[in-house]
Amino acid sequence: MTPHVPDIAAALDIAAVSHRFGTKLALDNVSLTVPKAAFCALLGVNGAGKTTLFSLITRLYDSTSGRISVAGFDARRQPSKALARLGVVFQSRALDGDLSLRQNLTYHAALHGISARTAKPRIAEVLALVDLEQATDNRVSTLSGGQQRRAEIARALLHRPELLLLDEATAGLDVRARADVLALVRRLIAQEGVSTLWATHIFEELEPADHIVVLHQGRVLADTSASDLAGAGTLSDGFMALTGSPV
Amino acid sequence: MTGWTIAFGGIAKREFLRFTHQRERFLAALVRPLVWLFIFAAGFRSVLGVSIVPPYKTYVLYDVYVTPGLCGMILLFAGMQSSLSMVYDRETGAMRSLLVSPYPRWFLLGAKLTAAVLVAVVQVYAFLLIAWFWDVRPPVIGYLTVLPALVLAGLMLGALGLLISSGIRQLENFAGVMNFVIFPMFFASSALYPLWRMQESSTLLHDISAANPFTYAVELIRFALYGQFNALAAGLTAVCLIVFFAATVFMYDPAKGLWRGIKGGV
Repeated sequence: MTPHVPDIAAALDIAAVSHRFGTKLALDNVSLTVPKAAFCALLGVNGAGKTTLFSLITRLYDSTSGRISVAGFDARRQPSKALARLGVVFQSRALDGDLSLRQNLTYHAALHGISARTAKPRIAEVLALVDLEQATDNRVSTLSGGQQRRAEIARALLHRPELLLLDEATAGLDVRARADVLALVRRLIAQEGVSTLWATHIFEELEPADHIVVLHQGRVLADTSASDLAGAGTLSDGFMALTGSPV
Repeated sequence: MTGWTIAFGGIAKREFLRFTHQRERFLAALVRPLVWLFIFAAGFRSVLGVSIVPPYKTYVLYDVYVTPGLCGMILLFAGMQSSLSMVYDRETGAMRSLLVSPYPRWFLLGAKLTAAVLVAVVQVYAFLLIAWFWDVRPPVIGYLTVLPALVLAGLMLGALGLLISSGIRQLENFAGVMNFVIFPMFFASSALYPLWRMQESSTLLHDISAANPFTYAVELIRFALYGQFNALAAGLTAVCLIVFFAATVFMYDPAKGLWRGIKGGV
């Protein structure tokens, strides 16, 4: 691994971040960069530290060492500016199942200081992007798993973030719904220019040209392209050779 | 409107929407104090008359005495229910979406607290309306002057609920805390009996009740309902609100709170 060169102009720049849970070192000197309008996959098995890293970026946890910069804003010193530029899709559901999609999105727009009047056309826009216009007034609990994940992405896009964080966004989805969500995210990068950090443990979601950061037991083991990691074999082979463990 | 007022409006609207979607919650909130008023107070009316003590200018029936305490009960349960939903939101992960808003945590928690109190105040007025038909009829001006008292008392009790929720990670644990918080707070207070009457039977219970913040919330409501201002009750309720809310903000701070360094803390 070459030493990390900080890039404050990047959508996300993480430099030498470590984090402990009690005596357990969950993240050890993690550094990575997501350039603007780019897709980056954070690949790791369950327990690798992906969710912990996301929690540090989103200020749910406080990092004690290292620096996290979102669109040039230090997440510790300028949390409001950093969070305003972030759209997050968590592994668990963030939408209220009892409320309609429109009510949910209006609420989340308000959490970013966007009035209901201003949010109205934007809600229509993001729901069109994720192909959910027909479900605008449906209760979220009545949507399918795949629709709910797309709705979560619509929620994360409402305030036009510069960086989209998706933590195992396809968890619990069938193959087709998973492919739909991934295709949607790749389309968003092209259409909206939003940078994306995609945490996953599913190799099939990645393409040869994708930028991949392999996180294993809290450490970055590789920061490369999927094709380089795969080498002459499959991505799974390359991952096993690097980490010594299967996904 | 600024972004702050929009954010507050959004949080408040969600609380009201959730409330209107859960009609059984509204019924439960009303039935609880009404059972006390219609059954408990009616039964005790004959044995528990209350002599002339401020703010009352005449002897009052027990139903009249207990009504401000039942208003406090609604606020107490609403505060704890709101914090229960915080624990639930934390368990399901929904709270993360609130906490990743760019607004500071003290503001988000304060907005959620205030919104929940506004919903609870509507429940109190619904209860007071029904109590009016039960011949509990404070002066008309009292319905207006009680509003700030209800808001202040509700904020204090809600802040206590938030503080409790910050230290609890699982819903199952919350049920136990409800028993250790709600019932002692309610019974060891002036909600059901005046403090002077408690002193006659148990000095210890009197002292506990006199140290209970809920007692001052109830007295604040009692005086306000009769158009009077109880400075001691208002002052102590405000101080408790500040202490509970400051402790809550501390506990929810990712760098300082109880769950710092603990996985799944938020």
